[in-house]
Amino acid sequence: MKLTTTTVLTTSNTHRAVEAVWRIESARLIAGLARVVRDVGLAEELAQDALVVALERWPESGVPDNPGAWLLAAARRRAIDLLRARTLHGRKHEELGRELEALERAVPDFDSALDDEVGDDLLRLVFTACHPLLSKEARVALTLCLLGGLTTDEIARAFLVPEQTVAQRIVRAKRTLAEARVPFEVPRVAELAARLSSVLEVVYLIFNEGYTVTAGSDWVRPALCEEALRLGRILAELAPREPEVHGLAALMEIQASRLHARVGASGEPVLLLDQNRARWDWLLVRRGLDALHRAESLGGPLGPYALQAAIAACHARARTAEETDWPRIVALYDALAELSPSPVVELNRAVAVSMAFGPEAGLELVDELTDEPALKNYHLLPSVRGDLLFKLGRLEEARAEFERAASLTRNARERQLLLARAAACTAGRS
Amino acid sequence: MRFMVIVKASKESEAGVFPDEKILSEMGKYNEELVKAGVMLAADGLHPSSKGARVRFEGGKRTVIDGPFSETKELIAGFWLWQVKSKEEAVEWLKRAPFDGGTEVELRQVFEPEDFGANLTPEMERLRARLEAKR
Repeated sequence: MKLTTTTVLTTSNTHRAVEAVWRIESARLIAGLARVVRDVGLAEELAQDALVVALERWPESGVPDNPGAWLLAAARRRAIDLLRARTLHGRKHEELGRELEALERAVPDFDSALDDEVGDDLLRLVFTACHPLLSKEARVALTLCLLGGLTTDEIARAFLVPEQTVAQRIVRAKRTLAEARVPFEVPRVAELAARLSSVLEVVYLIFNEGYTVTAGSDWVRPALCEEALRLGRILAELAPREPEVHGLAALMEIQASRLHARVGASGEPVLLLDQNRARWDWLLVRRGLDALHRAESLGGPLGPYALQAAIAACHARARTAEETDWPRIVALYDALAELSPSPVVELNRAVAVSMAFGPEAGLELVDELTDEPALKNYHLLPSVRGDLLFKLGRLEEARAEFERAASLTRNARERQLLLARAAACTAGRS
Repeated sequence: MRFMVIVKASKESEAGVFPDEKILSEMGKYNEELVKAGVMLAADGLHPSSKGARVRFEGGKRTVIDGPFSETKELIAGFWLWQVKSKEEAVEWLKRAPFDGGTEVELRQVFEPEDFGANLTPEMERLRARLEAKR
């Protein structure tokens, strides 16, 4: 059915419409092109060229009825032009031209059976953008660029780095992939678990940057969480039989449910147990619990993300902080510590133990971690220790720990919170 | 940002008549696309107003009025909740829905906590972020 849009199309609202189409279509466009030209850098260039043409033509012609197909056709024409003069990876341009035509014919409408093809291409793109050859920062930038459809400017602002830095990261990443001739494919079964883990790590990194901002003056940046959530939800449909994909989605949905409760009226951080649960987004909680159920239904022992999601679910199921099932959380941390042991997990477990069995028990575990090299500059270690000491009435020691924690955090709001707790030790009240 | 997409009632929906298989199938695929794109938050259809009720508030008085309600134009039959980056994105998605016959479907932005109180508007947030990046 041919669609026509009748709106007053000024250039600026067409630009916004083009941006919206880009957000919807760019990833699958780049993915489809990448499969044919076998180079994600070139694929993205072609897609960007198509975008430029769209920005030129659509203010006059209107947004086309099938914008994805229009962009693909424009990209194909551009590819033919580029390839006319040279061969690519030893293949003649006629051959590539034919493949691009085939790709164009295969562009799915909503009633096409070729959605699987698109899904496969998107998966290939996901794995390529998160390739272990690339640094974490590069993977994050490339993922947000190729899969999120974000501009380098948007990525730079999200991570508070200069735009040049992001642009360079992306250029270098593409070059690394091209020079290493990284194939555009879904990893083989033997490597799948490790590669998938890399993908999930990237997505969760993006989420965490929005959930607990490491630097700067904000406590949370919801837009980044939304990007990560979107990527996680997309992944859940691209790889529905992977339990950890649902585990990560569940974890992010539940954590995101607390975004608005985590920030107080004047922008100060509010800790989990102090949050007003009426401000939790119960739609997201529901979605998170459903995703966790999907992970559990796939059978097998829970992986690290699913376990963390299960812990988050324990909090989500408690109507008040007092109703939290701490022993269950301890058990989940026991499982997590066995599966992916780390000093941070041990620290979190110690907190859960202190809530379930008293601050003395928790402090015993925390004291075992004081010499951990990995936690040397981790502000949460002295912060937790300070909290436990405070509860045990050892106020002088608690104050020292809070001050140490304040000196270690790079987040201004968190520093304020910790200094306030230190001051409260002197005043003898919380 | 979130948008609620509101599908109004019709004589058919009020009569409890199910849409034909072809439309149901198209709608199913459409919903799948929304889920696959990470846009779908919720989607629900509402029973006809014959199964519903209204409560009228006047001072301390509460009057309960059972459905059905005759002004079909005032009724809704279903809704979606979408997570999108802009109104334009919501519009673009809605354009792809399999409606026909002069149906008008409305989209409305959902209020979120940032919209209230002393919190920054998205424009101010962007400005602040830009300034921060220049430091």
